[in-house]
Amino acid sequence: MARRLINCVVNGDETDFLCEDGDSLLDSLRNEVGLTGVKEGCGTGDCGACSVLLNGRVTCSCLVFSPEADGATITTVEGLADGDHLHPLQECFLEGAALQCGICTPGFLVAAKALLDANPNPTESEVRYGLAGNLCRCTGYDKIVRAVLEAAAQMREANV
Amino acid sequence: MVRVFFSAGLRNLTGGAANIEVEAGTVKRLLAELDARYPGMAERLSEGTAVAINGEIINDALYEPIPDGAEVHFLEALKGG
Amino acid sequence: MTIADDPATTLPGYKWVGTRPIRPDGFDKVTGRARFGADLTLAGMLEGAVLRSPHAHARIVSIDTTKALALPGVKAIVTGADFPEPAGNPTDQDMCRNAMAREKVLYEGHVVAAVAATSKRIARKALDAIEVQYEVLPHVMTVDEAMAPGAVLLHDGMITKGMDPAPTEPSNVASRVVYQRGELDKGFADADVIVERTFTTKPVHQGYIEPHAAVADTTPDGRSTVWCSSQGHFAMRAYSAKVLGWDPSRLKVIPAEIGGGFGGKTTIYLEPLAVRLSQKAGRPVRMVMDRDEVFMATGPASASKVTIKMGANKAGEITAAELWMAYEAGAYPGSAIGAGSMTALAPYNIPHFIIEGFDVVVNKPRVYSYRAPGAPQSAFAVESVVDELAHKLGIDPIDFRLQNAVEEGMQAPYGPKYQKIGFKETLEAIKHHPHYSAPLGPNQGRGVAAGFWFNAGMNSSAVVHINEDGNATVVTGSPDIGGSRASMALMAAEELGIDYNRVRPVVADTEQVGFNDVTGGSRVTLATGAAVVDACRKVIADLRARAAKTWDVPVEQVEWVDGQAQHVDGSQPPLSLAAIAKGWARTGGPISAAATLNARGVGAGFSTQLVDVEVDPETGHTSVVRYTTAQDAGRAIHPSYVEGQLQGGVVQGIGWALNEEYIYNADGKMDNPSFLDYRIPVASDLPMIDAVIVEVPNPGHPYGVRGVGEVGIVPPLAAVANAVAAATHRRFTDLPLSPPRVLDGILNGTEES
Repeated sequence: MARRLINCVVNGDETDFLCEDGDSLLDSLRNEVGLTGVKEGCGTGDCGACSVLLNGRVTCSCLVFSPEADGATITTVEGLADGDHLHPLQECFLEGAALQCGICTPGFLVAAKALLDANPNPTESEVRYGLAGNLCRCTGYDKIVRAVLEAAAQMREANV
Repeated sequence: MVRVFFSAGLRNLTGGAANIEVEAGTVKRLLAELDARYPGMAERLSEGTAVAINGEIINDALYEPIPDGAEVHFLEALKGG
Repeated sequence: MTIADDPATTLPGYKWVGTRPIRPDGFDKVTGRARFGADLTLAGMLEGAVLRSPHAHARIVSIDTTKALALPGVKAIVTGADFPEPAGNPTDQDMCRNAMAREKVLYEGHVVAAVAATSKRIARKALDAIEVQYEVLPHVMTVDEAMAPGAVLLHDGMITKGMDPAPTEPSNVASRVVYQRGELDKGFADADVIVERTFTTKPVHQGYIEPHAAVADTTPDGRSTVWCSSQGHFAMRAYSAKVLGWDPSRLKVIPAEIGGGFGGKTTIYLEPLAVRLSQKAGRPVRMVMDRDEVFMATGPASASKVTIKMGANKAGEITAAELWMAYEAGAYPGSAIGAGSMTALAPYNIPHFIIEGFDVVVNKPRVYSYRAPGAPQSAFAVESVVDELAHKLGIDPIDFRLQNAVEEGMQAPYGPKYQKIGFKETLEAIKHHPHYSAPLGPNQGRGVAAGFWFNAGMNSSAVVHINEDGNATVVTGSPDIGGSRASMALMAAEELGIDYNRVRPVVADTEQVGFNDVTGGSRVTLATGAAVVDACRKVIADLRARAAKTWDVPVEQVEWVDGQAQHVDGSQPPLSLAAIAKGWARTGGPISAAATLNARGVGAGFSTQLVDVEVDPETGHTSVVRYTTAQDAGRAIHPSYVEGQLQGGVVQGIGWALNEEYIYNADGKMDNPSFLDYRIPVASDLPMIDAVIVEVPNPGHPYGVRGVGEVGIVPPLAAVANAVAAATHRRFTDLPLSPPRVLDGILNGTEES
């Protein structure tokens, strides 16, 4: 089958890759672009481990066909830090022990970034509903929710 | 002397005895002693069995010393998650 | 001398133990660098896929792979014929047959064949082209069906173990266990109140977010390197070798980061298939399960049926208990019925009881360990009835438990006497927590439950290297699931007297460190931690000798204090670890020490939990509105990750109580093998989980550690059910407490006072 060339911007860089029409963006990011920080937990859009920002919206990359990403701007967990300067969410996840095994962490960080981009001052309930598309089986979510609230507070303070 | 306790599942081999006193300084010697009294006991206890000596559960306890006066129980070996 | 005998074990004040630094592997895990099982790509690597049984029970008549092999891009296919006849003890043989079916398939999802091809798409196409002829057999799906007279048998000739006399006819009951004390009739005669009920639970899955994954590269010299995510790469090596008929040392297993396990990743599924495919194809092979494969073909926790009768007198003493328990083992014997029976009454001192348990095979995936395996199911029954007895006697449920609680020196129901334990301390912690006296709103109810777990020791190895800059590398073979690198580094920093950030913990492969048992049984901080401590102490002995040589004094005159060698009378300027490291060439070469042990001194764990729920009377939907858990950790090395274990166990238990279940149709096929339909708790389902760490130090460990990973999942099933009972005035005995079931109870159940 003829493969299709896709051009997009991934984590700020012009990127191209080849795909078949039926390939998922998740598989292309992992296997063609080499961004294995994007995780597969289910392949059916239920767990959120493969979350990326697609044109600014949090999206399960397993539910996107790769050709749909042509011309898109994509952010993955690998693009959250600014050089060697971690994003406040990453800092707060580390400080707050908001990860145990770490497989869901990339998806949570991306989803939390989208949440805070849209709502810099969320309530606990808004964080819980904002992250309800991401499954974590280790933490019981307590420390994740606290880390996101703490990051939100730090980011607001930094922007004052 | 050490006191050995038998769980309900082992008592068919001991003629119903729930516990007995035995002279044995190690688990290995204890097993030999029990097998002499209750033929088949050593084989029964050879696989998947842990030993509790004075309350401490020990896997792979064959050569474990048993202090005088100790209480010894045989338990099913366990798996964790 | 064991470590616990060492006088240095009771250090007065800790500098690092009990602090909350950032975990060493954290940076890799928040930036996407950490490499999990599916993240490895090798040059020329093929992709594997597995053909699984579509039937719950069938005889394999024939397998024809001709057409599949002819497809372009298909490089190898394996079936049962590619593996040696299962050998070893019965459990090993079952494991071999579970990894690859031979004569029969015993559940939907049982492996029939596996393919390696140049792409996953081609591999899947090849699966469709493999022709398998089955003779479909009737299936049994529950303990009731499987134990019924005349039930279809999964295994011809399986005679129940533990029966006296032994049965003459085969059945689906693999074994029977019995624990008993006293005279049951007398105990019930002494009771003023007796409650008798039957409780059931469904199969539930560990639900780790990372599906099983393995990459194997088998070379022409007959050796193979396997990268996989597991709870123990030494176990993966040993089990894979059994399936392959190899010596374990032909395999090198490299631990990938593991994306959750909870007991479910302590055995093999894909690994031996990948090795054999790679051997046939002469190329590396990667195999990754889809989520539906994880549900259908990896070990969930047993479904259970428990009938319990328990009596207590007006003074509040439990006088007698009688339990009949049957656990589903799945396709092969080996449910945790033993542990379920032993833990069932473990929190209480009961003079008269009998516990009879049965391990029953059914046409479902072979169950595997799930966090305190076997304990949550029996605790659900026991703690529900304890709650009801307290209620009927008009006694506060915590006071009732306190009155009957076990303590040091009492005999456990499974035999030995308890050593130092902290059950009462957890009960008191909940009793005095502000949550316990907080007001409840409308349609809300409050539940309490307790739980016990043994914890484990087992085998560990560790090596500590001092680097030329005075930093330390701590090498173990225990995969880090929930922050154990941090606790290893904290204990090493404490021992060596150096900064936590100068210790680098490493999880090494099967050729780089001695044997380690799995990360399971809540054992790593205790056992691998003890090996690390032991190795550090050997290093310190060496460091003192080096300082003595430097100063030309007897070694007895050198002490190790705060990370430096000091002369007892202060006659020499102290030598720091870095200074000794710098001069090692002149004092005897590099500094390094290894320690191995089969750990002793395991300390049992108890947890008491408190939950408020709100039940919507219109829909039967239950919301958890407040949750507090108190657990004896012995001592928390890194309190944040101890809290994390407590919180995580609770939430898995809430899922078990409220939502999670395997649903099978009439054909014995799973109807809900996805996270959409098998619903684990999400953030919006939950409140914060208040984790109270109780510390009753374990005298058997240098720092007082008890395992913390498992017991937290034992109480939630009953705690939630007790809270729902309080909110609805109806007793629910069948999990999960999904909205239809609760609504049915509200509409049609019997109201209780």
